[in-house]
Amino acid sequence: MNRTDTDFDATPETGAARQAGSVLLLKLGGTLGVPLVALAAAFGAGALFIAAIGQDPGAVYARLLGGTFGDFYGFGQVLFKATPLIFSGLAVALAFKAGLFNIGAEGQLYVGAFSTAWVGFTLTGLPGVVLVPLCILAGALGGAAWGIIPGYLKARFGTHEVINTIMLNFIAIALTGYLVTHVYFIPETIHTPRVAAQAQIPRLEQFWPAFRGSPVNVSLFLALAAAALVYVFLWRTKQGFELRALGLNPWAAEYGGVGVASGIVMAMALSGGLAGLVGVDFVMGYKYYYEQGFSAGVGFMGIAVALLGRNHPLGVVLAALLFGALSYGGLVINSVVPKELVEILQAIVIVAVIVGTNLFGALAVSLKKRSLK
Amino acid sequence: MEGVSKRFALVKANDSVNLEVERGEIHALVGENGAGKSTLMRILYGLYRPDSGHVSIDGKRVEIKSPSDAISLGVGMVHQHFMLIPQLSVAENVVLGSEPSRSGVFLDLAAASRRIEELSRLFALSVDPRPQVDKLSVGAQQRVEILKILFRGAELLILDEPTAVLTPQETEALFVILRKMREQGKTILFITHKLSEVMAISDRVTVMRRGGVVGVVATRDTSPAELAMMMVGRKVLFDVEKGPAAPGGAVLELVDVRALGASRVPRLKGLSLSVRAGEILGVAGVEGNGQTELVEVIAGLRKPTSGRVLLRGEDVTGASPKQMLERGVAHIPEDRLRRGLIADFTVGENLILGSHFRRPYAGRVFLDSAALLTNADRALREFDVRPRTPLLRAGSLSGGNQQKLVVARELGRNPLLLVAAQPTRGVDIGAIEFIRRCLVSQRDEGTAVLLVSADLSEVLSLSDRIAVIFGGRIVSTVDAAATDEKELGLLMTGAGRPTA
Ligand SMILES: Nc1ncnc2c1ncn2[C@@H]1O[C@H](COP(=O)(O)OP(=O)(O)OP(=O)(O)O)[C@@H](O)[C@H]1O
Ligand SMILES: [Mg+2]
Repeated sequence: MNRTDTDFDATPETGAARQAGSVLLLKLGGTLGVPLVALAAAFGAGALFIAAIGQDPGAVYARLLGGTFGDFYGFGQVLFKATPLIFSGLAVALAFKAGLFNIGAEGQLYVGAFSTAWVGFTLTGLPGVVLVPLCILAGALGGAAWGIIPGYLKARFGTHEVINTIMLNFIAIALTGYLVTHVYFIPETIHTPRVAAQAQIPRLEQFWPAFRGSPVNVSLFLALAAAALVYVFLWRTKQGFELRALGLNPWAAEYGGVGVASGIVMAMALSGGLAGLVGVDFVMGYKYYYEQGFSAGVGFMGIAVALLGRNHPLGVVLAALLFGALSYGGLVINSVVPKELVEILQAIVIVAVIVGTNLFGALAVSLKKRSLK
Repeated sequence: MEGVSKRFALVKANDSVNLEVERGEIHALVGENGAGKSTLMRILYGLYRPDSGHVSIDGKRVEIKSPSDAISLGVGMVHQHFMLIPQLSVAENVVLGSEPSRSGVFLDLAAASRRIEELSRLFALSVDPRPQVDKLSVGAQQRVEILKILFRGAELLILDEPTAVLTPQETEALFVILRKMREQGKTILFITHKLSEVMAISDRVTVMRRGGVVGVVATRDTSPAELAMMMVGRKVLFDVEKGPAAPGGAVLELVDVRALGASRVPRLKGLSLSVRAGEILGVAGVEGNGQTELVEVIAGLRKPTSGRVLLRGEDVTGASPKQMLERGVAHIPEDRLRRGLIADFTVGENLILGSHFRRPYAGRVFLDSAALLTNADRALREFDVRPRTPLLRAGSLSGGNQQKLVVARELGRNPLLLVAAQPTRGVDIGAIEFIRRCLVSQRDEGTAVLLVSADLSEVLSLSDRIAVIFGGRIVSTVDAAATDEKELGLLMTGAGRPTA
């Protein structure tokens, strides 16, 4: 349209680029700012609890910090705790981006980890270069299969994924429990045979002696690579575009040629696949066997990690590190304050983020405006 | 309102606006898309806080921090997108948030119903408190919204583009109600893009442009041409110039198509029509006679239960939306926020929706963000979408600019067949003119255009042929040059011989 006066908001080309920059900056500030403020608030509240039981919050926090990020051993422990949380956090975040609430990461990771172990202790004749990728693949496929089921049920019959994933968690835990106690068991234990030596992946201490004693292993790099891949997938590929469209407005996505049913199934498959990789850490990098009940809620913690990380892969990695630190830090300060305190702290972080998203979000908006005036 | 300013991240939506509305008048607020009308009204209703300036009611300075402040000051607002809960009854919806009770505990719906009936009579609203809201037509839902505000004792009613979703008949009925309310001493602030409505209903008009007020005039001292001039700063042509059509072969043919509607009741009952290359076929009809389902069937969004859909002679019955897109069918949906846009996607992403799977926007796997930006720059410039920022959330654009975004995307496909449902809904007069010209030039390039519009004058001025839809069938097809609103109006009520 030919309009004579274009001074108001029709920007010249250079202006457009500058504006693009400032929009990005604002977005970044908003994304990182809220969790950080929430975190500060959570630790503030935690300090009250510590003081209430008669301890010095400053000293406790100093010990917490020193024990986790103060030396390589502690840091290694944090990384070790964070690794499975990255996988499960990514799983939940990816499903969430597609508008699906995957409560089933726990079940998916059991099935995935068991599959990894099964390949590892069954196909023992294969050389490492074949067996390692095969074990990883088995984990991803096992988890994916367990994700596809609720995905298909939702796509085909419209049954809600929350109910189905919860039910599938029960089935997965019972099924793997049965297999490990009745079929592939070592007498007197609740774990499977060990995977072949060539299926075991190295710990970081093997290249980096400073990490000595900490079980953090190279599956950490697989987790980081997975985060990068999820980012690329969601924001750089057309399938990712379709999944995000589906998550934000399924009506418009359908209109734009996105297959709604296939999109749901695909999102759940990918989500389950990511969860299934948790076994790479535990089975191939830590215990070298599958153990009943090994996860102890990693799949559920993934929901909190995804939430805190705002469903963004980078956010998930940072959130997983934080939860890893809190979880190991609980052991560190166990001598002075009860470990339950750390659990309270974790819960406060989650609540603070939810509240903060609303509260500080509004604050950030008004600040933004002021800075732009 | 005095000196009111409001700034969003990149845009000054209101720039020291003064607006004065007198008690007991119907005051129209007009202006281009993005001029800041909705923003100003949201400030008045307490949804946004102004950065500066203030609001006075009856000469007293007031601070409106939230809608509940506004309501207690007697200010009520009907949003363009209704805020009703479809599963509840009319009475339940009306009392929501201000429930009358017996002895402070029990909901007293009977008393509420009596009050609703009383108000309904007083303002000729014809609202029945009993039915469930989702059983009502759009016009009736809007009257429920109005009644809801009156129920809370509003003296000043804000209506943001109330007629955009109404049929001409419903608009007429609304005007009767508005006049009735004026008689009873209520004050009405009314936003519209249709100057004929301004002339018909308002006492005074405030014209906004680019965040500021450019003039206030008494309606009887002005004309549509003058208002248009004030709004866009140039003369606007209300009628599109168009030469005779040079139609080619049939592009789209529907043969005896039957389909179910949203609540699984039959909506298309043996509908047949054909659109040729290089012509605009208008579909005229009273809303709810199968238009929505017709458009969805063509776009692949709804599967017909029987009958055939042919595209250039090829049977595409039951094809998916993607297959239809790939075959060159473009579709401007009637509801831009539900179907047409992803509010939380950026403007640039929205502009490739539906083409995102093919060149130049994507290879086998990856999206090409450079192509996305190039496309956005072109489309935003060509269609004058403001602000011209590809990375902005589409949801933060003004209503009319969102519509322009959808139109820009669909016309940008170079389609074989363009299905345009309410293409000019909510856009300003300058943009209406532009979009209409685009439709005609698409036709001249050989595109087959199917135009579905509730605006009879739009159908009449753009179409080459007009198909009248009634009860899920095309009851007659007439030459646009040889008919008029009166004849169409008659045919639309089903008074005509069915033709094949
Ligand atoms: N929530 C928001 N965030 C950012 N920008 C906004 C927001 N709401 C409105 N704007 C911007 O403010 C300007 C005025 O918008 P507004 O909705 O008031 O226009 P309008 O006059 O109602 O237009 P229309 O006729 O198209 O509905 C537009 O440029 C719009 O993009
Ligand atoms: Mg508006």
